Amino acid sequence: MTIKTTSKILGAATAFTLLGTAAFAETEITWWHAMGGDLGETVNEIAAGFNASQDEYKITPVFKGSYEETLTSGIAAFRAGEQPNILQVFDAGSATVIGAKGATVPVQDLLSENGVDFNIEDYISGVRYFYADNAGKMIGMPFNSSSPIMYFNEQALEAAGVEAPVTYEEFETVTAPALKAAGYVPLVQSHLPWEFAENFFSRHNLPFATNDNGYDGSEGTKILVNTDEFKMHWTHVKQWLDDGYFGFYGTGWNDNQAQFEQGKVGLWIGSSGSFGGLMKKDLPFDFSATNLPFWSSITEEGYQTFIGGASLFAMSGKSAEENKATAEFFRYLTSPEVQYMWHRETGYVPITTAAYEMAKADGHYDRFPAAETGIKQLMLTSGENTKGYRMGFYVQIRDVENREFSRILSGETTVDDAMATIEKEGNELLARFAKTQG
Amino acid sequence: MKRAGFSTKWLPILLLLPQLLIIAIFFYWPALHAVTSSFYLQDPFGFGQTFVGLENYTHLTSSVEYLKVAKFTVLFTVLVTFFSLALALLFAVKADKVLRGAKTYRTLLMWVYAVAPPVAGFIGLLMFNQTWGPLSDLFKFFGWDFTLGVNYFDTAFAMIVVSVWKQVPVNFIFFLSGLQSIPRSVREAALLDNRSGTRRFWDITFPLLAPTGFFLLITNITYSLFDTFGVIDTLNKGEPGNNPMTLVYKVFVDGFRGNDLGGSSAQSVILMILVLALTVFQFRLIERRIHYT
Repeated sequence: MTIKTTSKILGAATAFTLLGTAAFAETEITWWHAMGGDLGETVNEIAAGFNASQDEYKITPVFKGSYEETLTSGIAAFRAGEQPNILQVFDAGSATVIGAKGATVPVQDLLSENGVDFNIEDYISGVRYFYADNAGKMIGMPFNSSSPIMYFNEQALEAAGVEAPVTYEEFETVTAPALKAAGYVPLVQSHLPWEFAENFFSRHNLPFATNDNGYDGSEGTKILVNTDEFKMHWTHVKQWLDDGYFGFYGTGWNDNQAQFEQGKVGLWIGSSGSFGGLMKKDLPFDFSATNLPFWSSITEEGYQTFIGGASLFAMSGKSAEENKATAEFFRYLTSPEVQYMWHRETGYVPITTAAYEMAKADGHYDRFPAAETGIKQLMLTSGENTKGYRMGFYVQIRDVENREFSRILSGETTVDDAMATIEKEGNELLARFAKTQG
Repeated sequence: MKRAGFSTKWLPILLLLPQLLIIAIFFYWPALHAVTSSFYLQDPFGFGQTFVGLENYTHLTSSVEYLKVAKFTVLFTVLVTFFSLALALLFAVKADKVLRGAKTYRTLLMWVYAVAPPVAGFIGLLMFNQTWGPLSDLFKFFGWDFTLGVNYFDTAFAMIVVSVWKQVPVNFIFFLSGLQSIPRSVREAALLDNRSGTRRFWDITFPLLAPTGFFLLITNITYSLFDTFGVIDTLNKGEPGNNPMTLVYKVFVDGFRGNDLGGSSAQSVILMILVLALTVFQFRLIERRIHYT
């Protein structure tokens, strides 16, 4: 064989390979998420929709377990240089990711660099700054966003002859005694830190931490739980438990939701994101939802609440093509059609005004009035303390809150001691987190 | 006298090398890493860190919560070890006397051995369920309002019961084979000396079982300290709240859930020292008094 033929064969082979890659030149990106069950199915649907909508990019969603497990796998992968393009991080973990400057590409920069229009005003107000930095630049793309709302068992309220309460005062004096007399547990909740701490502060526009709720940096941030208003709330909650106005079945979310689903409970403070799941469950009673109550002794009108749930972060260290693919995926994800589909299937709020308008125009809220509760609550009056909170090691602070709140309820500690403990341990954790940034 | 051995020096080293490598990679290297991280507070992503000296350790020793967890761990270990060994010994002695259908009894008693800790924990969740768990119902019948996950004592009780249940079969197997290796002649001689079954058990059988018992004591303490993780995690449902936890579970909560690498490294170094001390103590002080035949 001569050199000439060899080079010919080689040339043909190369050309063939090039052709081959050109035909399959999809940029592949991965998305690690924590959405199990029905939610995971919907996530897969979104990914499949994106892959079918064009042929340049391909996204692969991977379920990594609970929120905590997903964040930990993401961190471990990042340290090994194997990070996914998109990592879903929950509310309590966002300070860790945003604090690690260089771990992610701010989503606002990613979008504008890749020619995707971005205007923060397109996002509904309760969602806008929760994952932004102190200058208002969006770092994480809000994804599954929900807010705590109050579900009610319509038959229970009817039997008791009362309406769902607007304020905690009304609950305590009118609703709870009537529901108890009718043989129901008047109230349960699902997540003490989220529903009876974080959103207590936003609903009443009270500061949750110093340094602008922690947005101005971790250095010197202090948690503000040891306050008269907050202790007042918890003194009442404990009193409700003792009077049979409130049921507590454990720290886990489902322990408490299960009681509501079994029809034993009148009011349940859950997540607006639970709506889709509840609709599919065929409960033995009719339910609807209304806003999270507030104390009229603290504020005359309730303010908007914080979102809970998680956001998507674009991890750094990826090629320009892959970042472009991630940006294109975010463009698809935030489109009104996809947001409306996500909202309709799961109950999480649509994150843009356009998607909300689309849901309205489609008559979604005429069919399911309760589906609008979460988003309406997120669009209530905002205040200086309602955009969000940013505290490092907040996962551990939440564990401390859970522990102390449960101890108040079990009678192991008093409200004063519990708040002093949360303040002390919380501030220690915040100070320790500040040192990790050094 | 001719000693059996290798003719060259390097062959035994070569044969040992794979094992040594595994130990070095999977034990010494991470252990060393844990020791160094315990002196730092670091950003989990690895961007920033501050050298804090012994602060991670002083933070633990001054923490009321950490001491509370340590106290629970000691109590938990003592109770789980004691009940696992005592029940297994009782079962083994009884099973040893059974003549008809002995194999079936033994198989049935060993069965639970195959259950993995998280599965055992899950079975515990079902049995102790607040609203419809059969065991909770039984307790309620006797006036004990058992609330798993809400009441600290009740959750601790469930953790101990499930951990003991899971460990009894392993101990049973060892005790039974220990009993069967006691020579028949010794037992018959004892029978002539004393008619009391209880006295014969404590004077003859129990001392002869000591080597097995000592081995099981060590493995059961390690089991209670470390291998019960799955049971505790499942019964806590991933949200510990005010529920009890052991030191190992706390390492996981702070390190893997909370991403506090420095703090949890310090905790694991403390555990390493604890295990080292325990091992030295057991082998130095107790093993001397026990004679293996």
